Amino acid sequence: MTEQELKIQEKKTAQPVDESTKSETYFAPHVDIFETDREVTVIADMPGVTVEGIDLALEENILTLQGHRAPQQHAGRIVLEEYENGHYLRRFTVAETIDQEKIEASLADGVLTVRLPKAAPAQPRKIEVKLG
Amino acid sequence: MAFIRFAERPTFRNPWAEFERIRQGLDELSRSYTEKGKAQSRANVYPALNIYEETDRLLITAELPGVKTSDLELSIEGDTLTIQGKRDRRPTEAGASYHRREIESGSFSRAIALPIKVDTEHVGARLTNGILTITLMKASAVTPRQIKVTAE
Repeated sequence: MTEQELKIQEKKTAQPVDESTKSETYFAPHVDIFETDREVTVIADMPGVTVEGIDLALEENILTLQGHRAPQQHAGRIVLEEYENGHYLRRFTVAETIDQEKIEASLADGVLTVRLPKAAPAQPRKIEVKLG
Repeated sequence: MAFIRFAERPTFRNPWAEFERIRQGLDELSRSYTEKGKAQSRANVYPALNIYEETDRLLITAELPGVKTSDLELSIEGDTLTIQGKRDRRPTEAGASYHRREIESGSFSRAIALPIKVDTEHVGARLTNGILTITLMKASAVTPRQIKVTAE
């Protein structure tokens, strides 16, 4: 088989900046980040998160991806528990200047895609000198 | 002859008291270990599963981000449930340079023995937001039946 087999990737917990009063678990989602000359794209695995649960922010070059999950209710007895449910949180410092207005995000199959278009480089302005 | 008043006598030393104290300490230690062990039984095969048992059904959930419904295959044979599928690699855009590549793609296949008999005719499966939920109704033989008590 030429195709690679998927392995279980360990979930790493993430620490919110502020200590929360509720003891909720945050995991750092696995991400792909790539850059073209026009934009930076961040892809993050956030299974179980709905569009309402996504919280994105870009402040002072820090991109914060947050995904909140609705609390799950299972009345039954746990027979097997191999993974833990939790919220998602990850932060990145973005080196490029991003056009804040044009940031786009989409969510499909539990995968979040954020497109951060680079701001057009400032046009050098010619200063004309008039003869006085 | 020195008299020792009853109340002043040294309290009877239980020779087992020390053992009792050690035993309690060990109990506490093992309790904390088993609790930790229960919280995370590590899976070796993708995907990791959670199984819940309700009175009339069995719920199996798995996190499958990026897996499309059309790429997922479920089958049940007797007591064995098989989950198969694949996650496609995203097409790389021309001229893109990767900074991080943590998301993996590939195929997976996992077969699990169900802990109880289920009705193979009534199996429901849903894939929403990357979470797969399989609902298996218990076979009528193992479903607890309510017995009505009537007063005469």
